[in-house]
Amino acid sequence: MAADFAHRAHDALNNPQLRRNFRRAMDGLMAKRAVQFADQGDWTKLRARGAAIKARALARLPDLLEEFERKATANGIHVHWAETTADANRIVLEILTAHDAKRVIKGKSMVSEEMHLNAHLHAHGIAAVESDLGEYIIQLAGEAPSHIVMPCIHKDKGEIAQLFTDNIKDQPYTEDVDALTAAARTVLRQQFAAADAGLSGANFLVAETGSLVLIENEGNGRLSTTLPPLHIAVTGIEKLVEKLDDVAPLLALLPRSATGQPITTYVNMITGSRKTEELDGPRQVHLVLLDNGRSRVYADAQLRDTLRCIRCGACMNHCPVYARVGGHTYGSVYPGPIGKILTPQLAGLDCAGDLPHASTLCNACVEVCPVQIPIADILVRLRTEAAEPSASPAVKGGGGGGSVVENTVWRGWTAMHANPAAYALATRALALLGNFIPAAAPLLKQWTTMRSKPKFAGKSLHQLARDKGFDHE
Amino acid sequence: MSDARAAILSRLRAAPQLAPPEYPDWQPPRFGNRLERFRIMLEAVHGEVYEVAADQWRERLRAILSAKGVNKVMAAPHLGVDWPEILAYDRPVEDLKELLVDGIDAAVTTTRGAIAETGTLVLWPDVDEPRLLSLLPPIHVALLNQADIADTLAEMMTAQNWAATMPTNVLLISGPSKTADIEQTLAYGVHGPKQLIVLVLQS
Ligand code: SF4
Repeated sequence: MAADFAHRAHDALNNPQLRRNFRRAMDGLMAKRAVQFADQGDWTKLRARGAAIKARALARLPDLLEEFERKATANGIHVHWAETTADANRIVLEILTAHDAKRVIKGKSMVSEEMHLNAHLHAHGIAAVESDLGEYIIQLAGEAPSHIVMPCIHKDKGEIAQLFTDNIKDQPYTEDVDALTAAARTVLRQQFAAADAGLSGANFLVAETGSLVLIENEGNGRLSTTLPPLHIAVTGIEKLVEKLDDVAPLLALLPRSATGQPITTYVNMITGSRKTEELDGPRQVHLVLLDNGRSRVYADAQLRDTLRCIRCGACMNHCPVYARVGGHTYGSVYPGPIGKILTPQLAGLDCAGDLPHASTLCNACVEVCPVQIPIADILVRLRTEAAEPSASPAVKGGGGGGSVVENTVWRGWTAMHANPAAYALATRALALLGNFIPAAAPLLKQWTTMRSKPKFAGKSLHQLARDKGFDHE
Repeated sequence: MSDARAAILSRLRAAPQLAPPEYPDWQPPRFGNRLERFRIMLEAVHGEVYEVAADQWRERLRAILSAKGVNKVMAAPHLGVDWPEILAYDRPVEDLKELLVDGIDAAVTTTRGAIAETGTLVLWPDVDEPRLLSLLPPIHVALLNQADIADTLAEMMTAQNWAATMPTNVLLISGPSKTADIEQTLAYGVHGPKQLIVLVLQS
């Protein structure tokens, strides 16, 4: 795969099947969400509430984490803290080893993707089987998710049918969706029954009650967290909310934003391990709280807003760039607009400094974000940090990722606009000579490969305005 | 490990303090006819809703189960479900696993109530009706008292003071198990029940 976003995007744009798959999916998701929030008044009030809930929780985050830990521990949940993904992987492995657990069944978890947990477990002889249908499909294909809510959105049923025939014993080739789903059910039921441990993420952690809230449609999340004798949840430290009452408005926002459903089929609230008299549920529940750069991002009042994200995916569903290039092009676990602001902050601008540029700043993501994250402002901030780093301790790899040519051009541009004489000279020169610059000239070339070169008028806009009698500057 | 805890908390505490914003005004919606709303929402996601007089649900249940060609049914004994092959979830899951995973055709559970806004059943699983009862069998029949339908989750949580009484597991169930992971085409029963049937008991 090409090394940077621009080259990967080029490959993706030349893949008509991929583009068809994404176009169809994004159109459907946008239409379904629009129906859910048809009343602008309700939507405005609800998302303001959602944003405030998350902002309040962030404002009190260290206290809430401690409160959560206290309550959860009292309920019999073991709480672990991990600074890095390597720490988190080590903790999960230690728990599994202590229980002699060899087979793990997984519910969908983006944080486990962030940790590359499956590979880590595999390297230590533990098989982790994904049970969300979409995750199961991409695990069969040996791929990464291309969307945070619908991981195999890039595949069509022909590709999936072939994967099943190749990987499931005695499975005939069929593109019938019910038959494919039934085949997965049969295979995965046995995996559930045999699993020594279940692994999941969590959508919300409630400080007030020490509860984990998980949402899903398939029931695999409930199975993973209930049937095996051991349950391990991994999630980011930003998932906290203060009160149980905060969960209701967030539940009214998340599924509607994500898939246009009024609510997911299942909402699973877990407040403890199996009690003595209870007949099912895991005997031990562990929760790993992952930092991985989040507490660093937290140090900056503007960038901190990134941590409000509830991972609904609406920003990517509405992103004109994402819809055309698909999730893998971003080369990061979190694609689309949220990925463009989150990945460079977690991994560092020196590693992912090109991502904030993969945007037209059209603001579509900001308009649909249920917790009002100012994604466009943060994109601009990160672009600036990549070129001219501030002293903010929240930014990793500031000054990295900017291109020398680009920085020089912008410096020249700034100088020109700061000096009236230079500006007058430059615009006049462009008006007179602009049409003689060949379309294939360096710098221009990237623009003109896809578009025709603009024609310069013989006079600058200022001159034209003056000619029309507007002499007031 | 406690080092990680201390380091994370101290970084968070060293960050600039921002005042927590006030909660902006937001009121959960109300519905004139809660049963009607509940029915519309649940049927829209493939659930079946039947109204039945409170003293006649056993006959109705029998008729429904017969029509579905069901054999083995699991339910708490105290419900008095009238069915030839009736089993109880009366041992730990470890002893019942094989049966539960692949041997039961339908499960009957009670509910704590329901939510009209989203067509949602509220279950607080307990010793009589453990967590997996509403999940593993391919058909789930739920008994719901009409009087227990609330407008919204927000209203129910507050009115019943859930925050002070959370059990090990709370479940909100809105329809049968489903997926749209293959080309956004809906398919039911991917991991949980393929059919969800609600008997609304009228007093
Ligand atoms: S940034 Fe907003 S729209 Fe995007 S996934 Fe997060 S919450 Fe959803």
